[in-house]
Amino acid sequence: MAANMAEVTLIDALTMAMAWELEHDPGVVILGEDVGVNGGVFRATAGLQKRFGEDRVQDTPLAEGMIAGISIGMAAQGMRPIAEIQFMGFIYPTVDQIINHAGRMRNRTRGRLTCPMVLRAPYGGGIHAPEHHSESTEALFAHMPGIRVVIPSSPARAYGLLLAAIRDPDPVIFLEPKRIYRLNKQEVEDNGKALPMDVCYTLREGSDVTVVTWGAMIFETMKAADQLARNGISCEVIDLATISPIDYETILESVEKTGRLVIVHEAARSCGVGAEIAAIVAEKGMYDLQGPICRVTGYDVVMPLFRREMDYLPSVKKITDAIGATLHD
Amino acid sequence: METIADFEVQYSQFLDPEGKPSSDIPELAKDTDTLIELYRAMTETRVFDTKAVNLQRTGKLGTYASSLGHEATHVGVAAAMLKGDVMAPSYRETGTMLSRGVRMEELLLYWGGDERGSDFADTKNDFPYCVPISTQCLHAAGAAMAFQLRGESHCAVSLNGDGGTSEGAFYEAMNVAGARNLPVVFIVVNNKWAISVPIEQQTATETLAQKAVAAGIPGIQVDGNDVIAVRHWVERALARARKGEGACLIEAVTYRLSDHTTADDASRYRKKEDVESARKVEPLIRLRKYLTDLGVWDEAKEKALLEDAADKVDVAVQKYLNTPKPPVEAMFDYMYQDLPEALEEQRDHAIRYADTNGGEHG
Repeated sequence: MAANMAEVTLIDALTMAMAWELEHDPGVVILGEDVGVNGGVFRATAGLQKRFGEDRVQDTPLAEGMIAGISIGMAAQGMRPIAEIQFMGFIYPTVDQIINHAGRMRNRTRGRLTCPMVLRAPYGGGIHAPEHHSESTEALFAHMPGIRVVIPSSPARAYGLLLAAIRDPDPVIFLEPKRIYRLNKQEVEDNGKALPMDVCYTLREGSDVTVVTWGAMIFETMKAADQLARNGISCEVIDLATISPIDYETILESVEKTGRLVIVHEAARSCGVGAEIAAIVAEKGMYDLQGPICRVTGYDVVMPLFRREMDYLPSVKKITDAIGATLHD
Repeated sequence: METIADFEVQYSQFLDPEGKPSSDIPELAKDTDTLIELYRAMTETRVFDTKAVNLQRTGKLGTYASSLGHEATHVGVAAAMLKGDVMAPSYRETGTMLSRGVRMEELLLYWGGDERGSDFADTKNDFPYCVPISTQCLHAAGAAMAFQLRGESHCAVSLNGDGGTSEGAFYEAMNVAGARNLPVVFIVVNNKWAISVPIEQQTATETLAQKAVAAGIPGIQVDGNDVIAVRHWVERALARARKGEGACLIEAVTYRLSDHTTADDASRYRKKEDVESARKVEPLIRLRKYLTDLGVWDEAKEKALLEDAADKVDVAVQKYLNTPKPPVEAMFDYMYQDLPEALEEQRDHAIRYADTNGGEHG
């Protein structure tokens, strides 16, 4: 085992990646509410202010639109800000800055000014959180041109993809599935190696059905795949990882092999990212399909408070049933 | 009860509408070369502006936001800045941008529907026009934070209108600038109108300068039609910021003599008499009178300046009109540093269908 190899959680891996980049790139600055002394409400920036100083890890006033706006200003002048929005439910004031400026700066100045920034936010349900703390609205950002939306689903991918996001010359919305922040540990080498964005990660090879998912839903999906395997059904599980732009090629190649597609996401169904994946497979993989495309998603309702949130979320049973249905159709 | 906080707002004017100097007029007002240079920049801005409106009226330019009447504020702000500073304008700061070194043909390209207009050849770090109201104030604050972190002596300046002071971003930018002691100066160009909404309906405060009080930074109101006052106070604010003493707000009171944009008709919502009385106090008249009184300006010089400006504008207009439209694939090629594979097919599609759907001249 390498000296800098450690068993870490997803959130530890994020902290490691930010520390690595703060250490190696003087342009990197962390901004956000409570990210300094407090180390972030989920502790993603724990210890970083102490180690790198108050200039590099800054507690900002409480205004999310401001955090995004000053990050854009800094990025356009050569810095690499990593801004934390405390919860995705508070990200919406940033939408003006992200859609009108972050995603447009390079294009509207023909590359004269650019916006190499990362906007991090914990997202998703299943942690018994208060109101506004459980939604999955990645599709809002996936619809915006000029930005990337990235969601890690394991400690190793959290480390590698966050490094890639920070180093990317363009803006990245980096959404962190907070339900799995501390769900499991994985060996991650703190070697500063980024993982590629814009590509899917095939987590399990299979021949009967392709299941595309991302974020915390990886866990339910993998469990469903394990259960189905006992019944002789072979699932290929793909972690989308980069929600925008989508790596269609990997998905289409998989569907060509399996002939069936199920998409699993926490977010509400209508106009969700699953709809986009289904559309592209219908356009380009129609003749490979041997059954209808099926989506297992959150409902088109307001995310329930936590007494009923698990009923809102896709479950192992919902996923296995959907896979069963698409196989027998 | 006791008073635990108190504020006052100061107003400054050095040159009255008749061109008469006040007793406390700064040294700058004796430097006739500088004054003539300011007058030249203001005049060129107006000649350019008039031409741009005419180009729009004759179908050779898209919608354009005229800067008529704002010349003293626009030019005064730029004249106070150093080259290494960074400016974040709204969509009306023609005079500021030209004085900062943005080329006339670049501004025309922008309003003519071509992104290359914001790829400034000479002012590499200034922000481009900003249309979503007051969002640029935050970019200036962010730029100031970058300068502060890197230990550089540059400052950032943003400009927004009176309507923009109602936006959250304006206040959020001032607030963070105050909290972090950022080297940034916020200019509010109070031209009395936010399209059709007059300043009286925009806010209950007596001045916009006092909006600074809530952010804990100094605010001052100046006569935005007096280029000497604008330049002087912006220079003071920048010097202060450069020394590490933090941000300022300067409200420059002027008047929008034009329609909001060429797509607007201000006669629907404001009285002609009001515009006419504002026209009497506009910025060029008073500076011309002052220069004439000083004996350094006359009709011959005025005529020569106007001809020069017209020639300069004509050259820019020709460059603009002779610029072929960008290749269709350019709409893809600046979205990301490297085009994601997912966009390649759409790019090919756009190339295949280029110029098959009509479109503008060029």
